[in-house]
Amino acid sequence: MQSARSSVGRSIAAHAILITYTIIALFPVIVIIMNSFKTRKAIFREPLSLPHSESFSLEGYQTVLTQGDFFLYFQNSLIVTLASLFCVLLFGAMAAFALAEYRFKGNTLMGLYLALGIMIPIRLGTVAILQLMVASGLVNTRTALVLVYTAQGLPLAVFILSEFMRQVSDDLKNAGRIDGLSEYRIFFRLVLPLVRPAMATVAVFTLIPIWNDLWFPLILAPAEETKTLTLGSQVFIGQFVTNWNAVLASLSLAILPALILYLIFSRQLIRGITAGAVK
Amino acid sequence: MGSLVLSDVHKSFGAVDVLKGIDLEVSDGEFVIFVGPSGCGKSTLLRVIAGLEDATNGTVNIDGEVVNQTPPSDRGIAMVFQTYALYPHLTVKDNMGLGLKQAKHAKTEIAKRVDVASKMLSLDPLLERRPAELSGGQRQRVAIGRAIVRKPELFLFDEPLSNLDAALRVNTRLEIARLHRELGATMVYVTHDQTEAMTLADKIVILNDGKVEQVGSPMELYHNPTNRFVAGFIGSPQMNFIDAANLGKTDCKTIGIRPEHISLDLKKGEIEGIVSHIEKLGGDTNVYLNCGDIGLLSVRLFGDHDYAIDAKAFATMAADSVFKFDGDGNRVQVA
Repeated sequence: MQSARSSVGRSIAAHAILITYTIIALFPVIVIIMNSFKTRKAIFREPLSLPHSESFSLEGYQTVLTQGDFFLYFQNSLIVTLASLFCVLLFGAMAAFALAEYRFKGNTLMGLYLALGIMIPIRLGTVAILQLMVASGLVNTRTALVLVYTAQGLPLAVFILSEFMRQVSDDLKNAGRIDGLSEYRIFFRLVLPLVRPAMATVAVFTLIPIWNDLWFPLILAPAEETKTLTLGSQVFIGQFVTNWNAVLASLSLAILPALILYLIFSRQLIRGITAGAVK
Repeated sequence: MGSLVLSDVHKSFGAVDVLKGIDLEVSDGEFVIFVGPSGCGKSTLLRVIAGLEDATNGTVNIDGEVVNQTPPSDRGIAMVFQTYALYPHLTVKDNMGLGLKQAKHAKTEIAKRVDVASKMLSLDPLLERRPAELSGGQRQRVAIGRAIVRKPELFLFDEPLSNLDAALRVNTRLEIARLHRELGATMVYVTHDQTEAMTLADKIVILNDGKVEQVGSPMELYHNPTNRFVAGFIGSPQMNFIDAANLGKTDCKTIGIRPEHISLDLKKGEIEGIVSHIEKLGGDTNVYLNCGDIGLLSVRLFGDHDYAIDAKAFATMAADSVFKFDGDGNRVQVA
């Protein structure tokens, strides 16, 4: 049907492009999950086929769950990610509120300074960070990771949130002040709920790099009891032999929590990204 | 209770001076309206009175006490905002009660006061709803209710009707006038709409560029403006200003005449012109007359009149309603 706003040809083209992209994006993930359910031989013989009665095997999952302390790694990852996320959102939002709400000398400069971290990768400072952690006795603790990830996540959080905080009506905050609410209550009860979509956006952008990070766990917390999931999976990758079943199985398991958290935030996320484009 | 004295209030944002020395006295129970063009500082002045902005200089005195250092919630004020500013997560009832709850009033007392305010504004059926479920007019009534509940010495209104549609605006205006009579409280009201100012105020303060131009009752400002700005600001359509030289007069620089004080005649009169546009409002008719060197004259006639566009017409000014202004825009008083 031809109408002013849509034509069959155009809509087919659009769908074709989107479907192609979806396939490209999902392909590696699906291959990982598919192969994690196969025997070692089947992985190499026909890596792209679905597991069937002959090739199906849970040996990867068995290895992961029995050998190595998978649940501990999982727990470490979850604790580090959630604690960092909490710190980033809390302190990021508070800094953003101060920058957006209060007039003080050097406000713009402070905003730029806080946003500078977006441009400079935190890994450049690894040596100094390691020295710092050694000096303060934090090596091989989850605290070290939480501190580093908080520092890593804050710049983007402050940058995005302060933009959104500026859009919250001044009248509302002033009404709160006249009713005698403290600045903290104004922040937590009036402003935060209104910037929830932005918080979700920041949460997702912060969460994924932290969950997937290998660098800092490897350097700052390689001890057995503080290993994160990504680091824990590395035990199956040896210099000469790699247990692919186990690697694929642990990676499949590692996708799950990130996926769940993403689904929780994604409804808010879309609103966050598109907010301001239209009223 | 509820008097307000401002002395020499200044406010600057960085290098920009927004308020340049405001002196004003409002006595108890008065309804005072600040009007002025946008950017004249009227909202800033209201915020300074509320304590939402600090005055750079000068004192704010509410009810005999200097309140420069007092936080907004302890100044005995309540404010109604243009954008309603209701708390989105609270019901109408809790919205109205929050201020009292913060001030640690007893629950029964809060319930009683909310009840009185809600009766006054017929909000009873809405008490359990959230702001998102209310229309614009209802939201503004809730915002007014929230102010009443606090029993303030001083009500502050910041363009409360600007976001409402025309019909609702008239209704809410009447409502506010009724509340002022019933409560007898002092009210300070900011608007850029001169109809609101003329109809509600006991006293109008005309602000321009951070300074007070004139203070007076609506009729005083209409009949006796002290300068050209006030004369032009009050009255609709705007007063006509004619270069005195074009009328052959030398005792002043500009002559002002309100559109309603000019009469039209097709045959004879003081000023000859060509009808360039005509607006019929039913009750009155606005005729725009192109008068060559004198410029465009607007004439307001009562009742329904018909003039052909491009027809020749003569305007005559009512001599006793002519205002004279000198070169600085100040009124030349006729001795």
